[in-house]
Amino acid sequence: MPIGVLALQGDFREHIATLEACGADAIAVRTIGELERCDALVIPGGESTVMQKLAVNYGLFDPIKKLIANGFPVFGTCAGLIMLADEIIDGIEGQAGFGGLPVAVRRNAFGNQLDSFETDLEFTGIEGEPIHAAFIRAPIVERIGDGVEVLSKLSDGRIVAVRSGNLLGISFHPEVTGENRVHEYFLKMVQAA
Amino acid sequence: MSNSQTSKSTPLVKRGLAEMMKGGVIMDVVTPDQAKIAEDAGAVAVMALERVPADIRAQGGVSRMSDPDMIDGIIKAVSIPVMAKARIGHFVEAQILQALKVDYIDESEVLSPADYVNHIDKWKFDVPFVCGATNLGEALRRITEGAAMIRSKGEAGTGDVSEAMKHIRTISGEIRALAAKSEDELYVAAKELQAPYELVREVASTGKLPVVMFVAGGVATPADAALMMQMGADGVFVGSGIFKSGNPAERAKAIVKATTFYNDPDVLAQVSRGLGEAMVGINVTDIPAPHRLAERGW
Repeated sequence: MPIGVLALQGDFREHIATLEACGADAIAVRTIGELERCDALVIPGGESTVMQKLAVNYGLFDPIKKLIANGFPVFGTCAGLIMLADEIIDGIEGQAGFGGLPVAVRRNAFGNQLDSFETDLEFTGIEGEPIHAAFIRAPIVERIGDGVEVLSKLSDGRIVAVRSGNLLGISFHPEVTGENRVHEYFLKMVQAA
Repeated sequence: MSNSQTSKSTPLVKRGLAEMMKGGVIMDVVTPDQAKIAEDAGAVAVMALERVPADIRAQGGVSRMSDPDMIDGIIKAVSIPVMAKARIGHFVEAQILQALKVDYIDESEVLSPADYVNHIDKWKFDVPFVCGATNLGEALRRITEGAAMIRSKGEAGTGDVSEAMKHIRTISGEIRALAAKSEDELYVAAKELQAPYELVREVASTGKLPVVMFVAGGVATPADAALMMQMGADGVFVGSGIFKSGNPAERAKAIVKATTFYNDPDVLAQVSRGLGEAMVGINVTDIPAPHRLAERGW
């Protein structure tokens, strides 16, 4: 079965292209029917406040929440990480994601666009060259709960990639830097699930 | 774990923010209250300006960058990205906007141009720029000057979508024509487009612009937004169409939904209901050519 990419808003096309480059079958998910066809879900970068509203409006919010609670594999990048976090710091009033990842995530943790940056990261479980990562008005993981594995940190120690069970959340955008290995890592998680 | 050096304000980072806005709606706002309404409705970013284009058109006079206090207020009011407009060629307005830490600068024909020959050298700035274009050559010239995002111009402040349609059709058609050319024809194509050969060649081989392209200028209804998305836009700017309508909050929400579900007529029918009056608008054909904003910029 294919990997779904939540296609309400954001850079979902880049995620579909990256998954296809990894040899996976990927589809855009905007409806329940499309969601039900999938083995796993990717939540792309974008604006978390907008994705939440659209997911609620179109009846995807509760079904995705339920899937996550039942162990469905989900990979969130940037806004997607925010959507997976159990606690959102600096969200707008009433903002709540799907949850599932026992972490507290701060929105726009680095400031405005002038503080967006590219860097190279070590990533536990990915061998070879460091990961080239773009952080765009990115969130960070400020606290982690029980059972959360930290996969990557910035040099100052701030956490930018975590995994808990079948959920993978990262602050940055491998899908815009031509980096396929984080998606490959997720596909292995899906196979093992 | 360690990481090596970090670099800010690279083309990837500048263009990247626009990538994250795709499939979204960027709304013109003139006050922090309007910005909050836009954020609550699901705008992916807000555009701060002194007056919405419909008022600029009605009131006339010189139109400039917004008051810094107003921009600060808007930045404080919302958590989504804040864009602000500078006049074409007015690099000092752009320097001020960068100092105010806006997330994107729109070098916009909607304001009165400050330079009728040159646009801003956008490579000199750390903050990314979006620029308007009516055709492919204009888009490529702006990208050459450093624009990290393009919006087709349409005719702002009219509520008439026909110019937006003309410009996106023109740009898409010219890209298709370029992609169909043989390699040895691209030299003349570059000359005709008045754009650098390397960039022309890149567009010919990829079949798309190297940056995100939104549509602007005349989008007033959910159907207008969906029309532009079906035409291949990456997202839409809505200016006067929201805050010059009868029920801005509901219209804003409806346009956001229409932009996501642009291919689903059932959803479009549902979100088009009960919005109250659309902005009255003005037909572009009734505007004498010297008063058309899209003709500013070169």
